[in-house]
Amino acid sequence: MAHAAALPARAGIGLKLAQARAILAEPPDLGFLEVHAENLMGAGGPPHAWATALRARYPLSLHGVALSLGADAPLDTEHLERLAELCRRYEPAMFSEHLAWSSHGPFYLNDLLPVAYDQPTLERVAAHVDQVQSRLGRRILLENPATYLRCQSSCLDEVEFLAELARRTGCGLLLDVNNVWVSATNHGFDPFLYLARFPLERVEEVHLAGAAPDRDGDGSPLLIDAHDRPVAAPVWHLFAFVVARTGALPTLIEWDNDVPPLARLVAEAAHAEAVLREVARPLPEAA
Amino acid sequence: MDAAAQAAFAAALLDPEADPPPGLAAPGHADVRRRFAVYRNNVVVSLIDALEARFPVCAALLGPEFFRATARAFLAERPPRSRILFHWGDELPRFLATFEPVARFPWLPDLAALEAARSLAFHAADAEPLAPEALARVSVDRLPAVRLELHPSVVLLRSRFAVVSLWAAHQHVAPAEVEAELAGLDLARGEDALVWRAGEEVWVRAAPPGVHPFLEALGAGGTLGEAADRALEAAPVFDLPAALALLLGHGLAVRLHVDGAPR
Repeated sequence: MAHAAALPARAGIGLKLAQARAILAEPPDLGFLEVHAENLMGAGGPPHAWATALRARYPLSLHGVALSLGADAPLDTEHLERLAELCRRYEPAMFSEHLAWSSHGPFYLNDLLPVAYDQPTLERVAAHVDQVQSRLGRRILLENPATYLRCQSSCLDEVEFLAELARRTGCGLLLDVNNVWVSATNHGFDPFLYLARFPLERVEEVHLAGAAPDRDGDGSPLLIDAHDRPVAAPVWHLFAFVVARTGALPTLIEWDNDVPPLARLVAEAAHAEAVLREVARPLPEAA
Repeated sequence: MDAAAQAAFAAALLDPEADPPPGLAAPGHADVRRRFAVYRNNVVVSLIDALEARFPVCAALLGPEFFRATARAFLAERPPRSRILFHWGDELPRFLATFEPVARFPWLPDLAALEAARSLAFHAADAEPLAPEALARVSVDRLPAVRLELHPSVVLLRSRFAVVSLWAAHQHVAPAEVEAELAGLDLARGEDALVWRAGEEVWVRAAPPGVHPFLEALGAGGTLGEAADRALEAAPVFDLPAALALLLGHGLAVRLHVDGAPR
């Protein structure tokens, strides 16, 4: 297997195993593929065969959803070993996980649940990130969450919390722009101000996705991070705002539910690449 | 949130009647209850959706509403213990066998076991199938001493009901064809199900008489001779050449050893 290079500063799509055959039959022009690590945790079978064939053709990003870095409990070392085995086997260009918890005791809750932005949580998550980076032998990226509630014990804001985590652990950040829009809408903050304060120099990948509009009890807008539709206009604006400052970054289209035909996903990625080309181009040199 | 707060949060997620735990806040205009319901809904709906995707024939037979209510009850009683979602529902067949509201569908637990076996076979370890002619290279007098190792994906199920036919009927796309096949189905005729993966495809077949004990004996490490004896005891009509053709023609065997012979 080829040595894992960095993810290219292009657009990629989240790999749905149901679309693997279609991609292999007629490989679209994509910067990379991202696959949920947990979907490759079987012993064998088509998922590994497809991932191996796709890995030969595209840079691969491995995205974990179940490590539960924010749980107030020791990391599940069996799960960490499975991740280490996947990193060894596929040499992904990137591994990312979430600032969230998703398990409690023996139970797996299958959602990314909110953490408190306080000192004990900071220390705990930093220790978990250290443990993961040390076991995987690589820097990982940590993704900002989409949230619906905040914890009363939070004394830092999310940007400060993520910046401090990255500073302490040396990890990179995965900036999910849709999550910023969702959380900004749900908590009533300005997403542009959030991004203006975000440690963009730590961002090594961007996620874009669609959110489902809903309503709070009093009728005001509530957004659900549903990954079930195209990227919304406000998210494209926020994305342009980010890459105008960072330059082009590896950018993923996430569409996990009501997944459209492959061509539609590829078109969405092409749109992201157009933004990267137009907005993130380096400033022209002085004549 | 410390461990106690996370415990309270997790418990409230899984209990539809529970109030949100203390310590959570939403902006002034918003209601913490409504916001907490988003998390609860994410957890519950995603996990029920996953069961519906893994057990599509059970869902079709119960109807979406009844299936989802059953899945909800299963989730309340046995939340997932694996972070690997394709294992979510491994315990559903056993749950269904004890869940009173589905007691009038006695075939349901076996049907669910068949559907669970399909996804386990899909993710099972890889192994190169034995070439169909491999057995032909063994001299006839040594055949009874041959041991065949089964592919890691092979699952054998016994049922007092015609669950393979029931499952197969639902593979038709047109509802009229499904109905037509169900109309001619004698559910009380028991079937042994044989599930395995060959290449990228998972196969489901009703095992002919004797094949289930035959494969069970081989799977336990018995010789061909021992396995054939077991099969004939169970079913005097057991057809050994047909069973071997099934085994070798469909990639169910991956290794061959002959007792006393160099490997």
